[in-house]
Amino acid sequence: MSIRERLSGNEAVATAMKQINPDVVAAFPITPSTEIPQYFSSFVANGQVDTEFVAVESEHSAMSACIGASAAGARAMTATSSNGMSLMWEMLYIAASSRLPIVMNLVNRTVSGPLNIHNDHSDSMGARDSGWIQIYSETNQEAYDNFLMANRIAEHKDVRLPVMICQDGFITSHAIENIELVEDDKVKAFVGEYKAPWALLDANHPVSVGPLDLQAHHYEHKRQQAEAMKNAKKVIQEVAAEFEKMTGRKYDLIEKYMMDDAEIAIVVLNSTAGTAKYVVNQLREKGIKAGLVKPRVFRPFPVDEIADALKNCKAVAVMDKADSLNAASGPLFAEVTSAMFVKGVTSPKVINYIYGLGGRDVKADDIETVYNRLSDIVKTGNVGEVYNYLSVRE
Amino acid sequence: MAKLTEIRWHGRGGQGAKTASLLLADAAFNTGLYVQGFPEYGPERMGAPITAYNRICDERITVHSNIYEPDYVVVVDDSLIKSVPVTAGLKESGAIIVNTTKTPDEIRESLNGYKGKVCTIDARAISIDCLGAYFPNTPMLAAVIKVSGIMDENAFLADMEGSFKHKFAKKPEVIEGNMNALRRSMQEVKGL
Repeated sequence: MSIRERLSGNEAVATAMKQINPDVVAAFPITPSTEIPQYFSSFVANGQVDTEFVAVESEHSAMSACIGASAAGARAMTATSSNGMSLMWEMLYIAASSRLPIVMNLVNRTVSGPLNIHNDHSDSMGARDSGWIQIYSETNQEAYDNFLMANRIAEHKDVRLPVMICQDGFITSHAIENIELVEDDKVKAFVGEYKAPWALLDANHPVSVGPLDLQAHHYEHKRQQAEAMKNAKKVIQEVAAEFEKMTGRKYDLIEKYMMDDAEIAIVVLNSTAGTAKYVVNQLREKGIKAGLVKPRVFRPFPVDEIADALKNCKAVAVMDKADSLNAASGPLFAEVTSAMFVKGVTSPKVINYIYGLGGRDVKADDIETVYNRLSDIVKTGNVGEVYNYLSVRE
Repeated sequence: MAKLTEIRWHGRGGQGAKTASLLLADAAFNTGLYVQGFPEYGPERMGAPITAYNRICDERITVHSNIYEPDYVVVVDDSLIKSVPVTAGLKESGAIIVNTTKTPDEIRESLNGYKGKVCTIDARAISIDCLGAYFPNTPMLAAVIKVSGIMDENAFLADMEGSFKHKFAKKPEVIEGNMNALRRSMQEVKGL
Protein backbone atom coordinates (compact mmCIF):
# COMPACT_ATOMS: atom_id res chain seq x y z
CA MET A 1 0.00 0.00 0.00
CA SER A 2 1.33 3.42 -0.92
CA ILE A 3 1.53 6.06 1.79
CA ARG A 4 -1.05 8.87 1.67
CA GLU A 5 0.64 12.12 2.69
CA ARG A 6 0.49 15.87 2.22
CA LEU A 7 3.78 17.51 1.36
CA SER A 8 5.17 20.51 -0.45
CA GLY A 9 7.19 19.91 -3.61
CA ASN A 10 10.42 20.55 -1.72
CA GLU A 11 9.41 18.13 1.05
CA ALA A 12 8.48 15.56 -1.59
CA VAL A 13 11.87 15.77 -3.33
CA ALA A 14 13.77 15.72 -0.02
CA THR A 15 11.77 12.59 0.88
CA ALA A 16 12.68 10.98 -2.45
CA MET A 17 16.36 11.80 -1.79
CA LYS A 18 16.09 10.23 1.67
CA GLN A 19 14.55 7.07 0.24
CA ILE A 20 17.25 6.84 -2.45
CA ASN A 21 19.99 7.46 0.16
CA PRO A 22 22.67 8.59 -2.35
CA ASP A 23 26.40 8.43 -1.60
CA VAL A 24 26.94 12.19 -1.85
CA VAL A 25 24.76 15.31 -1.74
CA ALA A 26 26.58 18.62 -2.28
CA ALA A 27 24.49 21.78 -2.22
CA PHE A 28 24.43 25.49 -1.53
CA PRO A 29 21.19 27.18 -0.46
CA ILE A 30 19.19 29.41 -2.81
CA THR A 31 15.50 30.32 -2.71
CA PRO A 32 13.18 28.52 -3.48
CA SER A 33 15.19 25.26 -3.45
CA THR A 34 16.87 25.87 -0.05
CA GLU A 35 14.52 23.57 1.87
CA ILE A 36 15.68 20.50 -0.06
CA PRO A 37 19.29 20.47 1.25
CA GLN A 38 17.95 21.87 4.55
CA TYR A 39 15.60 18.92 5.11
CA PHE A 40 18.17 16.51 3.72
CA SER A 41 20.91 17.72 6.06
CA SER A 42 18.59 16.94 8.99
CA PHE A 43 18.12 13.39 7.63
CA VAL A 44 21.92 13.11 7.59
CA ALA A 45 22.23 14.53 11.13
CA ASN A 46 19.53 12.15 12.41
CA GLY A 47 21.24 9.14 10.87
CA GLN A 48 18.26 8.40 8.57
CA VAL A 49 20.66 8.25 5.60
CA ASP A 50 24.37 7.53 5.41
CA THR A 51 25.03 10.09 2.68
CA GLU A 52 28.14 12.25 2.72
CA PHE A 53 26.60 15.75 2.81
CA VAL A 54 28.97 18.42 1.53
CA ALA A 55 28.00 21.95 2.57
CA VAL A 56 29.94 23.79 -0.13
CA GLU A 57 30.68 27.51 -0.42
CA SER A 58 28.97 28.10 -3.80
CA GLU A 59 26.89 26.39 -6.48
CA HIS A 60 29.96 26.14 -8.70
CA SER A 61 31.50 24.07 -5.93
CA ALA A 62 28.27 22.10 -5.45
CA MET A 63 28.32 20.90 -9.04
CA SER A 64 32.11 20.43 -8.92
CA ALA A 65 31.75 18.24 -5.80
CA CYS A 66 29.02 16.21 -7.54
CA ILE A 67 31.30 15.79 -10.56
CA GLY A 68 34.21 14.67 -8.38
CA ALA A 69 32.01 12.27 -6.43
CA SER A 70 30.35 10.87 -9.54
CA ALA A 71 33.70 10.41 -11.31
CA ALA A 72 34.94 8.61 -8.22
CA GLY A 73 32.09 6.12 -8.67
CA ALA A 74 29.52 7.53 -6.23
CA ARG A 75 25.84 8.33 -6.72
CA ALA A 76 25.70 12.14 -6.40
CA MET A 77 22.82 14.62 -6.17
CA THR A 78 22.09 18.30 -5.67
CA ALA A 79 19.32 20.89 -5.83
CA THR A 80 19.36 24.52 -6.89
CA SER A 81 17.46 27.37 -8.55
CA SER A 82 17.97 30.31 -10.87
CA ASN A 83 21.26 32.13 -10.35
CA GLY A 84 22.50 29.17 -8.36
CA MET A 85 22.43 27.13 -11.54
CA SER A 86 23.90 30.09 -13.43
CA LEU A 87 26.93 29.82 -11.17
CA MET A 88 27.16 26.09 -12.00
CA TRP A 89 27.18 26.90 -15.68
CA GLU A 90 30.60 25.69 -16.83
CA MET A 91 30.31 22.61 -14.63
CA LEU A 92 26.91 21.64 -16.13
CA TYR A 93 28.61 21.08 -19.49
CA ILE A 94 31.51 19.22 -17.86
CA ALA A 95 29.14 16.91 -15.96
CA ALA A 96 27.30 16.06 -19.17
CA SER A 97 30.36 15.66 -21.42
CA SER A 98 32.08 13.53 -18.77
CA ARG A 99 28.96 11.31 -18.93
CA LEU A 100 28.36 11.52 -15.17
CA PRO A 101 24.86 10.46 -14.06
CA ILE A 102 24.34 13.26 -11.54
CA VAL A 103 20.73 14.02 -10.53
CA MET A 104 19.62 17.56 -9.76
CA ASN A 105 16.31 19.04 -8.70
CA LEU A 106 15.98 22.43 -10.32
CA VAL A 107 13.30 24.43 -8.52
CA ASN A 108 12.56 26.80 -11.37
CA ARG A 109 13.05 30.48 -10.58
CA THR A 110 13.63 33.38 -12.92
CA VAL A 111 17.24 34.29 -13.58
CA SER A 112 17.98 37.81 -12.38
CA GLY A 113 17.57 40.49 -13.40
CA PRO A 114 15.58 42.35 -12.54
CA LEU A 115 16.11 40.71 -9.14
CA ASN A 116 13.21 38.39 -8.37
CA ILE A 117 12.83 35.15 -6.41
CA HIS A 118 9.71 33.84 -8.16
CA ASN A 119 9.00 31.27 -10.81
CA ASP A 120 9.58 31.14 -14.51
CA HIS A 121 11.62 28.81 -16.68
CA SER A 122 14.49 31.07 -17.71
CA ASP A 123 16.93 29.01 -15.62
CA SER A 124 16.22 25.59 -17.16
CA MET A 125 15.58 26.97 -20.65
CA GLY A 126 18.95 28.70 -20.54
CA ALA A 127 20.57 25.33 -19.85
CA ARG A 128 18.67 23.46 -22.54
CA ASP A 129 21.76 22.83 -24.68
CA SER A 130 24.08 21.88 -21.79
CA GLY A 131 23.61 18.16 -22.42
CA TRP A 132 21.41 17.46 -19.39
CA ILE A 133 18.21 15.45 -19.64
CA GLN A 134 15.33 17.71 -18.55
CA ILE A 135 12.10 16.36 -17.07
CA TYR A 136 9.30 18.73 -15.95
CA SER A 137 6.77 18.22 -13.13
CA GLU A 138 3.22 19.58 -12.93
CA THR A 139 2.71 18.73 -9.25
CA ASN A 140 4.50 17.70 -6.06
CA GLN A 141 3.55 14.12 -6.97
CA GLU A 142 5.24 14.40 -10.35
CA ALA A 143 8.33 16.05 -8.84
CA TYR A 144 8.59 13.08 -6.45
CA ASP A 145 7.88 10.42 -9.07
CA ASN A 146 10.25 11.98 -11.62
CA PHE A 147 12.96 12.16 -8.99
CA LEU A 148 12.52 8.45 -8.18
CA MET A 149 12.93 7.61 -11.87
CA ALA A 150 15.90 9.94 -12.48
CA ASN A 151 18.76 7.66 -11.36
CA ARG A 152 17.53 4.75 -13.45
CA ILE A 153 17.60 6.95 -16.54
CA ALA A 154 20.87 8.74 -15.77
CA GLU A 155 22.79 5.58 -14.88
CA HIS A 156 21.50 3.40 -17.75
CA LYS A 157 24.44 2.09 -19.81
CA ASP A 158 22.97 3.47 -23.05
CA VAL A 159 22.51 6.94 -21.52
CA ARG A 160 25.06 7.93 -18.83
CA LEU A 161 23.94 11.54 -18.73
CA PRO A 162 23.00 13.89 -15.87
CA VAL A 163 19.29 14.47 -15.25
CA MET A 164 17.59 17.69 -14.18
CA ILE A 165 14.12 17.29 -12.62
CA CYS A 166 12.30 20.64 -12.81
CA GLN A 167 9.42 21.87 -10.62
CA ASP A 168 7.91 25.35 -10.35
CA GLY A 169 9.39 27.48 -7.57
CA PHE A 170 6.88 28.39 -4.83
CA ILE A 171 3.86 27.27 -6.91
CA THR A 172 4.88 23.63 -6.49
CA SER A 173 7.89 23.80 -4.17
CA HIS A 174 6.11 25.62 -1.32
CA ALA A 175 2.49 24.47 -1.69
CA ILE A 176 1.21 21.64 0.47
CA GLU A 177 -0.82 19.14 -1.54
CA ASN A 178 -1.87 15.50 -1.31
CA ILE A 179 0.71 12.99 -2.47
CA GLU A 180 1.10 9.20 -2.61
CA LEU A 181 4.53 8.08 -1.44
CA VAL A 182 6.12 4.75 -2.33
CA GLU A 183 7.33 2.58 0.57
CA ASP A 184 11.06 2.79 1.36
CA ASP A 185 11.81 -0.84 0.48
CA LYS A 186 10.06 -0.56 -2.88
CA VAL A 187 12.00 2.62 -3.71
CA LYS A 188 15.22 0.89 -2.78
CA ALA A 189 14.43 -2.09 -5.00
CA PHE A 190 13.30 0.15 -7.88
CA VAL A 191 16.26 2.52 -7.85
CA GLY A 192 18.77 -0.25 -7.12
CA GLU A 193 22.44 -0.17 -6.20
CA TYR A 194 24.72 1.96 -8.32
CA LYS A 195 27.77 0.26 -9.77
CA ALA A 196 29.77 2.75 -11.84
CA PRO A 197 31.14 1.13 -15.01
CA TRP A 198 34.38 3.03 -14.40
CA ALA A 199 35.51 4.93 -11.34
CA LEU A 200 38.50 6.99 -10.33
CA LEU A 201 38.64 5.06 -7.05
CA ASP A 202 38.87 1.73 -8.87
CA ALA A 203 42.69 1.49 -8.75
CA ASN A 204 42.74 -1.78 -10.69
CA HIS A 205 41.11 -0.13 -13.73
CA PRO A 206 42.68 3.30 -14.00
CA VAL A 207 40.83 5.93 -16.07
CA SER A 208 41.13 9.63 -16.78
CA VAL A 209 38.11 11.91 -16.47
CA GLY A 210 38.04 15.32 -18.09
CA PRO A 211 41.40 15.38 -19.91
CA LEU A 212 42.26 17.73 -22.78
CA ASP A 213 40.34 16.59 -25.87
CA LEU A 214 41.33 18.50 -29.01
CA GLN A 215 40.58 18.17 -32.73
CA ALA A 216 41.40 14.48 -32.90
CA HIS A 217 38.52 13.24 -30.70
CA HIS A 218 36.45 16.10 -29.24
CA TYR A 219 33.94 15.94 -32.09
CA GLU A 220 33.50 12.17 -31.76
CA HIS A 221 32.90 12.54 -28.04
CA LYS A 222 30.22 15.18 -28.64
CA ARG A 223 28.69 12.84 -31.22
CA GLN A 224 28.55 10.08 -28.60
CA GLN A 225 26.90 12.48 -26.17
CA ALA A 226 24.28 13.26 -28.82
CA GLU A 227 23.68 9.54 -29.35
CA ALA A 228 23.23 9.04 -25.60
CA MET A 229 20.57 11.76 -25.62
CA LYS A 230 18.78 9.97 -28.47
CA ASN A 231 18.95 6.70 -26.53
CA ALA A 232 17.46 8.42 -23.48
CA LYS A 233 14.01 8.58 -25.11
CA LYS A 234 13.55 4.82 -25.06
CA VAL A 235 15.09 4.44 -21.60
CA ILE A 236 12.82 7.14 -20.13
CA GLN A 237 9.80 5.23 -21.50
CA GLU A 238 11.06 1.86 -20.22
CA VAL A 239 11.69 3.23 -16.73
CA ALA A 240 8.24 4.88 -16.76
CA ALA A 241 6.62 1.56 -17.71
CA GLU A 242 8.33 -0.16 -14.79
CA PHE A 243 7.33 2.70 -12.47
CA GLU A 244 3.72 2.31 -13.60
CA LYS A 245 3.82 -1.39 -12.67
CA MET A 246 4.93 -0.41 -9.17
CA THR A 247 2.64 2.58 -8.55
CA GLY A 248 -0.12 2.56 -11.17
CA ARG A 249 0.91 6.08 -12.17
CA LYS A 250 1.52 6.36 -15.91
CA TYR A 251 4.16 8.66 -17.40
CA ASP A 252 5.38 9.20 -20.94
CA LEU A 253 7.47 11.71 -22.90
CA ILE A 254 4.42 13.94 -23.24
CA GLU A 255 1.00 13.98 -21.60
CA LYS A 256 -2.02 14.42 -23.84
CA TYR A 257 -5.18 15.74 -22.17
CA MET A 258 -8.43 15.61 -24.17
CA MET A 259 -6.45 15.50 -27.41
CA ASP A 260 -8.31 12.70 -29.25
CA ASP A 261 -10.70 15.08 -31.00
CA ALA A 262 -9.17 18.46 -30.02
CA GLU A 263 -9.46 21.26 -32.55
CA ILE A 264 -7.63 23.81 -30.43
CA ALA A 265 -4.77 23.02 -28.07
CA ILE A 266 -2.27 24.61 -25.72
CA VAL A 267 1.26 23.28 -25.24
CA VAL A 268 2.58 24.17 -21.78
CA LEU A 269 5.08 22.89 -19.17
CA ASN A 270 4.88 22.30 -15.41
CA SER A 271 2.23 23.64 -12.99
CA THR A 272 0.33 25.79 -15.50
CA ALA A 273 -0.69 22.57 -17.24
CA GLY A 274 -2.88 21.81 -14.21
CA THR A 275 -4.65 25.16 -14.46
CA ALA A 276 -5.07 24.59 -18.20
CA LYS A 277 -6.68 21.17 -17.56
CA TYR A 278 -9.30 22.91 -15.40
CA VAL A 279 -10.01 25.35 -18.25
CA VAL A 280 -10.18 22.50 -20.80
CA ASN A 281 -12.82 20.79 -18.62
CA GLN A 282 -14.89 23.99 -18.53
CA LEU A 283 -14.61 24.53 -22.29
CA ARG A 284 -15.55 20.90 -22.96
CA GLU A 285 -18.74 21.42 -20.95
CA LYS A 286 -19.59 24.20 -23.42
CA GLY A 287 -18.91 21.83 -26.32
CA ILE A 288 -15.61 23.44 -27.32
CA LYS A 289 -13.09 20.85 -28.48
CA ALA A 290 -10.12 22.05 -26.46
CA GLY A 291 -7.08 19.97 -25.50
CA LEU A 292 -3.70 20.19 -23.85
CA VAL A 293 -0.24 18.81 -24.59
CA LYS A 294 2.20 18.84 -21.68
CA PRO A 295 5.76 17.92 -22.61
CA ARG A 296 7.08 16.02 -19.58
CA VAL A 297 10.44 15.51 -21.20
CA PHE A 298 12.04 18.54 -22.87
CA ARG A 299 15.52 17.01 -23.30
CA PRO A 300 15.57 14.79 -25.29
CA PHE A 301 12.92 16.69 -27.26
CA PRO A 302 9.97 14.45 -28.19
CA VAL A 303 9.76 15.54 -31.85
CA ASP A 304 7.62 12.68 -33.19
CA GLU A 305 5.25 12.58 -30.23
CA ILE A 306 4.55 16.32 -30.21
CA ALA A 307 4.08 16.53 -33.98
CA ASP A 308 1.75 13.54 -33.88
CA ALA A 309 -0.28 14.92 -30.95
CA LEU A 310 -0.91 18.24 -32.71
CA LYS A 311 -1.40 17.04 -36.29
CA ASN A 312 -5.20 17.13 -36.31
CA CYS A 313 -5.56 20.47 -34.52
CA LYS A 314 -6.78 23.58 -36.31
CA ALA A 315 -5.01 26.06 -34.03
CA VAL A 316 -2.33 25.65 -31.37
CA ALA A 317 -0.83 28.03 -28.78
CA VAL A 318 2.61 27.20 -27.43
CA MET A 319 3.16 28.86 -24.05
CA ASP A 320 6.62 29.84 -22.89
CA LYS A 321 7.45 30.79 -19.29
CA ALA A 322 10.76 32.15 -20.58
CA ASP A 323 11.46 34.62 -23.35
CA SER A 324 14.32 34.13 -25.80
CA LEU A 325 14.46 37.93 -26.26
CA ASN A 326 15.16 37.21 -29.94
CA ALA A 327 12.35 39.29 -31.47
CA ALA A 328 10.82 36.02 -32.69
CA SER A 329 9.50 33.58 -30.03
CA GLY A 330 10.13 31.72 -26.80
CA PRO A 331 12.20 28.52 -26.80
CA LEU A 332 9.38 25.97 -26.51
CA PHE A 333 7.57 27.55 -29.48
CA ALA A 334 10.71 27.37 -31.62
CA GLU A 335 11.16 23.67 -30.85
CA VAL A 336 7.49 22.68 -31.16
CA THR A 337 7.08 24.42 -34.54
CA SER A 338 10.36 22.93 -35.74
CA ALA A 339 9.11 19.46 -34.76
CA MET A 340 5.81 20.03 -36.58
CA PHE A 341 7.55 21.34 -39.72
CA VAL A 342 10.05 18.50 -40.06
CA LYS A 343 7.29 15.95 -39.55
CA GLY A 344 5.14 17.58 -42.22
CA VAL A 345 2.50 18.85 -39.77
CA THR A 346 1.81 22.19 -41.40
CA SER A 347 -1.96 22.61 -41.33
CA PRO A 348 -2.45 23.85 -37.71
CA LYS A 349 -2.09 27.61 -37.21
CA VAL A 350 0.42 28.12 -34.41
CA ILE A 351 0.89 31.10 -32.09
CA ASN A 352 3.18 31.74 -29.15
CA TYR A 353 2.41 33.28 -25.76
CA ILE A 354 5.07 34.33 -23.30
CA TYR A 355 3.47 34.19 -19.84
CA GLY A 356 4.06 34.34 -16.09
CA LEU A 357 7.56 35.83 -16.08
CA GLY A 358 9.00 36.52 -12.63
CA GLY A 359 6.11 34.74 -10.94
CA ARG A 360 3.22 36.77 -12.43
CA ASP A 361 0.26 34.65 -11.36
CA VAL A 362 -1.39 32.65 -14.15
CA LYS A 363 -5.15 32.51 -13.61
CA ALA A 364 -7.65 30.19 -15.23
CA ASP A 365 -9.10 33.32 -16.91
CA ASP A 366 -5.72 34.04 -18.52
CA ILE A 367 -5.61 30.54 -20.00
CA GLU A 368 -9.18 30.94 -21.20
CA THR A 369 -8.26 34.07 -23.19
CA VAL A 370 -5.67 31.98 -25.04
CA TYR A 371 -8.24 29.30 -25.94
CA ASN A 372 -10.67 32.05 -26.99
CA ARG A 373 -8.02 33.49 -29.27
CA LEU A 374 -7.50 30.03 -30.80
CA SER A 375 -11.26 29.69 -31.38
CA ASP A 376 -11.22 33.06 -33.17
CA ILE A 377 -8.32 31.95 -35.36
CA VAL A 378 -10.27 28.82 -36.32
CA LYS A 379 -13.38 30.90 -37.10
CA THR A 380 -11.72 33.68 -39.08
CA GLY A 381 -8.62 31.96 -40.46
CA ASN A 382 -6.74 35.08 -39.42
CA VAL A 383 -3.69 34.25 -37.30
CA GLY A 384 -2.64 37.82 -36.47
CA GLU A 385 0.39 38.34 -34.23
CA VAL A 386 2.36 35.12 -33.66
CA TYR A 387 4.59 36.33 -30.79
CA ASN A 388 2.37 37.46 -27.89
CA TYR A 389 2.58 38.32 -24.20
CA LEU A 390 -0.18 37.08 -21.88
CA SER A 391 -1.50 39.38 -19.14
CA VAL A 392 1.24 41.98 -19.27
CA ARG A 393 0.67 45.73 -18.83
CA GLU A 394 1.70 47.43 -22.09
CA MET B 1 -19.70 18.06 -9.28
CA ALA B 2 -16.73 18.61 -6.99
CA LYS B 3 -17.34 20.47 -3.74
CA LEU B 4 -14.55 23.05 -3.65
CA THR B 5 -13.99 25.56 -0.83
CA GLU B 6 -11.51 28.38 -1.36
CA ILE B 7 -10.14 30.42 1.56
CA ARG B 8 -7.90 33.48 1.62
CA TRP B 9 -5.98 34.49 4.73
CA HIS B 10 -4.81 38.03 5.48
CA GLY B 11 -2.35 38.54 8.29
CA ARG B 12 0.83 40.27 9.27
CA GLY B 13 4.26 38.64 9.11
CA GLY B 14 4.87 36.81 12.41
CA GLN B 15 1.20 36.27 13.35
CA GLY B 16 1.07 32.77 11.97
CA ALA B 17 -1.42 33.19 9.08
CA LYS B 18 0.76 31.00 6.86
CA THR B 19 1.04 28.39 9.62
CA ALA B 20 -2.74 28.54 10.13
CA SER B 21 -3.32 27.87 6.42
CA LEU B 22 -0.99 24.87 6.60
CA LEU B 23 -2.71 23.62 9.79
CA LEU B 24 -6.09 23.91 8.08
CA ALA B 25 -4.73 21.94 5.10
CA ASP B 26 -3.46 19.29 7.54
CA ALA B 27 -6.76 19.02 9.37
CA ALA B 28 -8.75 18.73 6.12
CA PHE B 29 -6.24 16.22 4.74
CA ASN B 30 -6.69 14.11 7.86
CA THR B 31 -10.45 13.90 7.25
CA GLY B 32 -9.75 12.44 3.78
CA LEU B 33 -10.06 15.54 1.62
CA TYR B 34 -7.80 16.92 -1.13
CA VAL B 35 -6.03 20.07 -0.04
CA GLN B 36 -3.80 22.90 -1.11
CA GLY B 37 -2.15 25.25 1.38
CA PHE B 38 0.21 27.92 0.12
CA PRO B 39 1.38 31.39 1.06
CA GLU B 40 2.04 34.24 -1.34
CA TYR B 41 5.69 34.98 -0.72
CA GLY B 42 6.91 38.54 -0.77
CA PRO B 43 9.50 40.45 1.19
CA GLU B 44 9.30 38.64 4.53
CA ARG B 45 9.23 41.21 7.30
CA MET B 46 7.62 41.11 10.71
CA GLY B 47 4.38 43.08 10.57
CA ALA B 48 4.12 43.36 6.77
CA PRO B 49 0.78 42.27 5.24
CA ILE B 50 0.90 38.67 4.01
CA THR B 51 -1.60 36.49 2.17
CA ALA B 52 -2.05 32.73 2.31
CA TYR B 53 -4.52 30.41 0.60
CA ASN B 54 -6.37 27.13 0.98
CA ARG B 55 -8.27 25.03 -1.51
CA ILE B 56 -10.17 22.11 0.00
CA CYS B 57 -12.06 19.69 -2.22
CA ASP B 58 -13.46 16.18 -2.37
CA GLU B 59 -11.64 15.65 -5.69
CA ARG B 60 -8.04 16.24 -6.80
CA ILE B 61 -7.38 19.96 -7.40
CA THR B 62 -5.44 20.80 -10.58
CA VAL B 63 -5.60 24.62 -10.54
CA HIS B 64 -2.30 26.23 -9.52
CA SER B 65 -3.03 29.93 -9.18
CA ASN B 66 -3.82 32.28 -6.35
CA ILE B 67 -7.45 32.60 -5.25
CA TYR B 68 -9.41 35.59 -6.55
CA GLU B 69 -13.00 34.66 -5.66
CA PRO B 70 -12.75 33.03 -2.24
CA ASP B 71 -15.67 31.48 -0.36
CA TYR B 72 -14.16 32.68 2.92
CA VAL B 73 -11.72 35.38 3.94
CA VAL B 74 -9.91 35.25 7.28
CA VAL B 75 -8.45 38.47 8.67
CA VAL B 76 -5.98 37.73 11.45
CA ASP B 77 -5.37 41.43 12.24
CA ASP B 78 -8.26 43.92 11.97
CA SER B 79 -5.87 46.84 11.33
CA LEU B 80 -5.39 45.35 7.82
CA ILE B 81 -8.95 46.24 6.84
CA LYS B 82 -7.89 49.86 6.31
CA SER B 83 -4.94 49.07 4.04
CA VAL B 84 -5.78 45.80 2.24
CA PRO B 85 -8.93 45.19 0.10
CA VAL B 86 -9.85 42.14 2.18
CA THR B 87 -13.29 41.59 0.63
CA ALA B 88 -12.02 41.72 -2.99
CA GLY B 89 -13.79 38.96 -4.93
CA LEU B 90 -15.27 37.46 -1.75
CA LYS B 91 -18.46 35.57 -2.57
CA GLU B 92 -21.59 36.94 -0.90
CA SER B 93 -22.66 33.35 -0.23
CA GLY B 94 -19.55 33.06 1.92
CA ALA B 95 -18.25 34.95 4.91
CA ILE B 96 -15.45 37.08 6.26
CA ILE B 97 -14.03 36.15 9.67
CA VAL B 98 -12.18 38.92 11.51
CA ASN B 99 -10.06 38.80 14.64
CA THR B 100 -11.30 41.86 16.53
CA THR B 101 -12.90 43.13 19.71
CA LYS B 102 -15.56 44.85 17.59
CA THR B 103 -19.00 43.43 16.75
CA PRO B 104 -19.91 42.12 13.30
CA ASP B 105 -22.05 45.24 12.64
CA GLU B 106 -19.16 47.56 13.54
CA ILE B 107 -16.79 45.66 11.23
CA ARG B 108 -19.32 45.60 8.38
CA GLU B 109 -19.24 49.42 8.26
CA SER B 110 -15.63 49.30 7.06
CA LEU B 111 -16.14 46.54 4.46
CA ASN B 112 -17.17 48.63 1.45
CA GLY B 113 -20.73 47.33 1.34
CA TYR B 114 -19.93 43.60 1.53
CA LYS B 115 -23.34 41.92 1.82
CA GLY B 116 -22.30 38.39 2.90
CA LYS B 117 -21.89 37.09 6.40
CA VAL B 118 -19.52 39.00 8.73
CA CYS B 119 -18.17 37.00 11.67
CA THR B 120 -15.93 38.21 14.46
CA ILE B 121 -13.84 36.52 17.08
CA ASP B 122 -11.70 38.04 19.81
CA ALA B 123 -8.75 35.72 19.21
CA ARG B 124 -6.47 37.92 21.30
CA ALA B 125 -8.55 37.53 24.46
CA ILE B 126 -8.98 33.79 23.94
CA SER B 127 -5.27 33.32 23.25
CA ILE B 128 -4.18 35.36 26.28
CA ASP B 129 -6.68 33.55 28.55
CA CYS B 130 -5.93 30.03 27.35
CA LEU B 131 -2.28 30.22 26.32
CA GLY B 132 -0.97 33.17 28.30
CA ALA B 133 0.40 34.77 25.14
CA TYR B 134 -0.85 36.13 21.79
CA PHE B 135 -0.98 33.31 19.21
CA PRO B 136 -4.08 34.20 17.16
CA ASN B 137 -3.82 31.39 14.61
CA THR B 138 -5.16 28.62 16.87
CA PRO B 139 -8.48 30.35 17.70
CA MET B 140 -8.77 31.69 14.12
CA LEU B 141 -8.42 28.17 12.73
CA ALA B 142 -11.28 26.96 14.94
CA ALA B 143 -13.44 29.92 13.91
CA VAL B 144 -12.91 29.03 10.22
CA ILE B 145 -14.01 25.44 10.85
CA LYS B 146 -17.10 26.67 12.73
CA VAL B 147 -18.14 29.24 10.12
CA SER B 148 -17.34 27.26 6.97
CA GLY B 149 -18.51 23.82 8.08
CA ILE B 150 -15.89 22.24 5.81
CA MET B 151 -15.43 19.41 8.25
CA ASP B 152 -17.06 17.83 11.24
CA GLU B 153 -16.24 19.87 14.38
CA ASN B 154 -15.57 16.87 16.60
CA ALA B 155 -13.38 15.22 13.96
CA PHE B 156 -11.46 18.49 13.72
CA LEU B 157 -10.97 18.73 17.50
CA ALA B 158 -9.86 15.10 17.71
CA ASP B 159 -7.40 15.63 14.88
CA MET B 160 -6.00 18.81 16.44
CA GLU B 161 -5.54 17.08 19.76
CA GLY B 162 -3.47 14.43 17.99
CA SER B 163 -1.39 17.12 16.24
CA PHE B 164 -0.78 19.04 19.49
CA LYS B 165 0.26 15.83 21.28
CA HIS B 166 2.81 15.26 18.53
CA LYS B 167 3.93 18.89 18.22
CA PHE B 168 4.16 19.53 21.97
CA ALA B 169 5.49 16.12 23.00
CA LYS B 170 8.11 17.87 25.13
CA LYS B 171 5.68 20.51 26.50
CA PRO B 172 2.49 18.50 27.26
CA GLU B 173 1.30 21.22 29.65
CA VAL B 174 0.36 23.50 26.72
CA ILE B 175 -1.90 20.95 25.00
CA GLU B 176 -4.95 21.59 27.18
CA GLY B 177 -4.62 25.37 26.72
CA ASN B 178 -4.55 25.00 22.95
CA MET B 179 -7.57 22.68 23.00
CA ASN B 180 -9.45 25.15 25.22
CA ALA B 181 -8.60 27.94 22.77
CA LEU B 182 -10.12 25.93 19.91
CA ARG B 183 -13.29 25.08 21.86
CA ARG B 184 -13.81 28.60 23.15
CA SER B 185 -13.33 30.05 19.69
CA MET B 186 -16.01 27.75 18.28
CA GLN B 187 -18.42 28.88 21.00
CA GLU B 188 -17.61 32.60 20.90
CA VAL B 189 -17.47 33.36 17.18
CA LYS B 190 -20.17 35.99 16.47
CA GLY B 191 -22.32 36.66 13.40
CA LEU B 192 -23.10 33.05 12.45
